[in-house]
Amino acid sequence: MAHSVDTDQLMGDKVTTAALSADSTARRHVGRLDLSTPLFLLLATVLCVLVLLPLFWLGYYSLTTKSGSPTLANFVRLFNDATIRRAFLIALSMALSVGLFSCLVATPLAWLVARTDMPGQRFVRSLVTASFVTPPFLGAIAWAMLAAPNSGILNNIYRWAFGLDQSQALFNIYTFTGLVFAVTCYSFPFVFTLVANAFDKVPSDLEEASAILGGKPGTTLRRVTLPMVLPAMLAGSLVAIVQAFTMFGSPAILALPAGFHVITTKIWSFFQFPPKLDLAAASAVPLLIVTMLLLWGQRWLLGRRGYTVLGGKSGTPRRVKLGNWKWLAGAYVLLILCVTILFPYLALLKVALTHNISEPLSWNSLTLHNFHFVLFEFSSTRLAIWNTLILGLSTATIATGIALVVAYLVARRAAPGAAFLGVLATAPIAIPGIVLGVGLFLAYANPTFGLYGTLWILLIAFLTIELPAGYQQLSSAFHGVHPELEEASRILGATRLKTLWQITAPLLRTSLIAAWCFVFIGTIRELSATVLLTTAQTKLVSVIIYDLNESGDYGAIAVLGLLLLVVSFTVVFIANRVPVLGGAPPRSGG
Amino acid sequence: MSNTNVAAGALLAALTWSQIAWAAPPEPYKVTDELVAAATKEGAVVYYTSTDVQVAEKLGAAFEAHYPGIKVQVERAGSERVFQRIGQEYSSGIHNADVIETSDASHFLTFKDQNWLTPAVPEDVAKMWPERDRDPDGLYAAFRATLTVIAYRTDMVKEQDAPKTWTDLLDPKYKDKLVKSHPGYSGNVMTATYALSQLLGWDYFEKLGKQGVMQVQSSTEPPKVLAQGERPIQADGNEYNVFILQDKGVPIKAVYPPEGTSIAYGNAAILAYAPHPNAAKLFYSFMFSQEAQQLNDDFGGLRSVRPDVKEKSNRTPLSQIKLLESDPANVRDAIEEIKQKYEEYFGT
Repeated sequence: MAHSVDTDQLMGDKVTTAALSADSTARRHVGRLDLSTPLFLLLATVLCVLVLLPLFWLGYYSLTTKSGSPTLANFVRLFNDATIRRAFLIALSMALSVGLFSCLVATPLAWLVARTDMPGQRFVRSLVTASFVTPPFLGAIAWAMLAAPNSGILNNIYRWAFGLDQSQALFNIYTFTGLVFAVTCYSFPFVFTLVANAFDKVPSDLEEASAILGGKPGTTLRRVTLPMVLPAMLAGSLVAIVQAFTMFGSPAILALPAGFHVITTKIWSFFQFPPKLDLAAASAVPLLIVTMLLLWGQRWLLGRRGYTVLGGKSGTPRRVKLGNWKWLAGAYVLLILCVTILFPYLALLKVALTHNISEPLSWNSLTLHNFHFVLFEFSSTRLAIWNTLILGLSTATIATGIALVVAYLVARRAAPGAAFLGVLATAPIAIPGIVLGVGLFLAYANPTFGLYGTLWILLIAFLTIELPAGYQQLSSAFHGVHPELEEASRILGATRLKTLWQITAPLLRTSLIAAWCFVFIGTIRELSATVLLTTAQTKLVSVIIYDLNESGDYGAIAVLGLLLLVVSFTVVFIANRVPVLGGAPPRSGG
Repeated sequence: MSNTNVAAGALLAALTWSQIAWAAPPEPYKVTDELVAAATKEGAVVYYTSTDVQVAEKLGAAFEAHYPGIKVQVERAGSERVFQRIGQEYSSGIHNADVIETSDASHFLTFKDQNWLTPAVPEDVAKMWPERDRDPDGLYAAFRATLTVIAYRTDMVKEQDAPKTWTDLLDPKYKDKLVKSHPGYSGNVMTATYALSQLLGWDYFEKLGKQGVMQVQSSTEPPKVLAQGERPIQADGNEYNVFILQDKGVPIKAVYPPEGTSIAYGNAAILAYAPHPNAAKLFYSFMFSQEAQQLNDDFGGLRSVRPDVKEKSNRTPLSQIKLLESDPANVRDAIEEIKQKYEEYFGT
C-alpha cells in the first residue's frame, strides 16, 4: 500500500527513457495481432472458474439433501442450533470490537505520522508494515506466551515486580477481551494505512482557513481535519471488521481454550469425520452474506470520500508542532510497536531458546534443543518450508500477472465489458477463507478433478484469495499513469500487450513489486482455507504451526515461527532489491 | 455433479457399511532380505500417527538408523484429526499414508468396515500379542496402550490437597485450576469420556464444565501446560507425557483414582493403498519389535502389551492400576452423543 502512493512521483524521471526505448523496439513489431480480445475471454473464464465454481458448490450443497434433491433443511437446522447461532453472534461482536479498537488505536498513530513533526515517521510506517508481515495466528500464539494468566511472561514480570503471589494476574489472553486484543494487534494496520493516506491528502488550505478565522489547533483538528478523514476511518474499520469476522487462526488458538466457538471454528468442527459437508456449506452462507454487506458498506463509504481527494494536491499538508507533547507521542508510538512487534518477537525468541516458557532467562537455561528438533528431527519441516516457498512465489507471480492485465484492461477499457473483469477480480475479497476452503473442497476434491492432495488446489485457493489485494494495488496505480505514453506506443505500431509489457509495466514497477510482496505475504499467512485443503504431502508451515499448537509444543512453534518471519522478510527485501525487477533502491515505508 | 455426490455419499455412509467377511488372518511375515531390499528401493514410509510428535519422531529415527535409505515421514495430529484426514483423503481417492496409528480403537472398526486396511501380521505380533490386543483377521494390532489420568504439579499443590478421585475435581477449591483435553480431538480422551460417562454419568461432566477448565485439544498438551505452570492440575490428559516430563525433572505426578483409570489401545495398521507397500510392511513390523516397544516405554512413557518390555521402576506398574476398559464398538456408537454433550457442557 505504502508504495503505490509514491508511484507518480517516481514516474517523472523514468518516463522519458522508458518511452524512448519502447519506441525503437515497438517499430519492429508492426502488424502483430492484437491479443486483447482473446485474452479478455481467457481471463474472464479463468476468473469465473476461480470465483464462481466454489460458490456454486457451496450453494448446491447447502440447498440439497445427500441424494441431491432440493431442501431447506440445512438452514432450518442452522437456525435451530443454538451453538451455531451463539458462535455467529460471538464472532460478530468480536469483529465489531476489533473494528472499534483498531480505529481508536490507528487514527492517532496515523495522525502523528502524517500530520505532526514527530521524528522517525518513515521508520514507524515501515514497522507498522512489519506487523502486517506477522501472521495473525503467530501473533496470537506469541500473545498466549506473553499473557496466559499463570505462565505468561508479562504476568510473571508483573508478579515479580510487585511481589505478588501466583493467584494474581494482570492479563488473561484466554478470554473474549484477550481475543479482541490479539486480533486488533494485527488488524489495526488496515485502518492505519487508509487513514494515514487520507491524512496525507487533506488539503492544507481548509486547515489554514480555519486557523485564520481564529480556530485553535485542537478546533481545526476536530472540526476540519477529522471530518475529512472520517470516511477513511470508517472504511478502514470495516476492513478490520471483515478480517476479524472471517479469521480462523487466532480464535482457534485463543477462543477454544477459553471454551467458546466463533463461526469459523464452528465450521471447521463440521469437518470432523464423518464430515457434515451440508451443514458446513449452510453455515458458510450467512458468513458470506454478512461479509458482503460489510464490504458493500465500505465501498459506499469510500465512494463518498470524494471531497478529500479532490483537494488532494493543494499544497503540502500542514504539520502540527508537537513541542513537549512529543514525549507523550513517542511513548504512545513505542507502546504500540512493543505490543504488536517487539514483545511478541521477543517472546518467540525466548521460547525458542529455552526448554520451558516460565523458566527465568539465564545463560544456563539457554538451549538449542528446539532448533535441533525442528531442523533435524521433525520430518515435516523441510517439506513444509519448500511447499510454502513454492506456493508463495508462484501465487505472488501469477496473481500479480493476472491482476496487472485485468487492471490494464479495466483502466483503459480495452475490451467491451472489461469492467466486469474488475468486479470478478475484486469479488473474492467478500469470500471468507474458510468459506472458500469449503467451496474449493467441494468443487475440486471429487474424482473428476482429483486436485485435493496436490499443491494445485492450494494454488487455486491462494490465487482466488489474494487476487483482490493485487488487483486493488495495481488498479489504483494505473490512475497515476498517463495514457499518452501508451497511446504513443500504440501509434508507433505496438500491440496492446506489447505496450503493456514495454511501457506500462516498467512505469508501474514499484507498484508491481508492492503488489507482488502483498500477495506473497498474504499467502504465507493464510491459514483458514489452507487448514481444510492441506494433506501430508502438501503441508505448509502455517498448518504445521497450527498442528503443533494443538499439542502444545511451544518450543517448536517458536522456532518455526521465527523461521517463517525470516523467510518472509528476506523475500520481501530481495524483491525490493533485485535488479531484474527494477533494481530501484527500496522506498520502504514511503 | 454425480461424481461429487458419489464421493460425498461414500464419505457419509462410511460408518454402517461392511461387506467382506474375512476368511482367515494371513500367515505371519518375517523381515527378509528381499523385503528390506524392496523397501529400500521405495525409499520412504509415510506414518500417520497420534502419538506425541517427539516420541513418534524418535521411533522414526530408530527405524532410519536400522534401515538407512528409508525416510520416515511422520504426520502427527490428534486421533480424531488423523481420522478426519484419512477419511477426507481416502474418500477423495488420495493415498498418501502407508501406516496409520491412532489412540481411538473404534477408528479401526471403521477402517476395517471400509476396507481401508491391508491384512498383515508381523511375526512378533503372532507370537507375543494377546488375542484381545489384535484383530482376529490380522488387520491391526495394539501398538501402545495409553492411560488418561489426573495429574498435578507437586510444587504447586500439596499431596494432601491434590485430587484423589474423579469426583474430587468438582470441589470448588479447584475452580480455575484445571486443564483438560478435548474428546473431539484426542482419542484417549474420547475413550476416557466414554468410560467416565458410563461410570459416573453425564452429570459429572456437566459439573466439571462449571469449574472454569482451560480447554486444550490434544491429550499430550495438559502435562505440558502443567510444566509451563499455566495450570497446576490436569483434569484429564495422557499419562505418558507426564512420565516424559518427570524424566526431564518437572515436578509433576499422575493420580490413579480408585474408581478406575481409562485405558485406550492405540492400534496400528498398514493402509490398503499404501504408496510404499514394502517399506510399510518393514516399518509396521519394526513398530512391534522389542526395540521399538522398549523405546516407546523408555523414552515415550507409553505402556506396551508386549510381555518382554521392561517398565521403568519409578512408574506404577500397569498391573497395580485399576483399569476402565471400553469396548471400541460401544465408543463408536457414542461418538456423536459425546461430542454434542461435551459442547453443551464445555462450550466447544
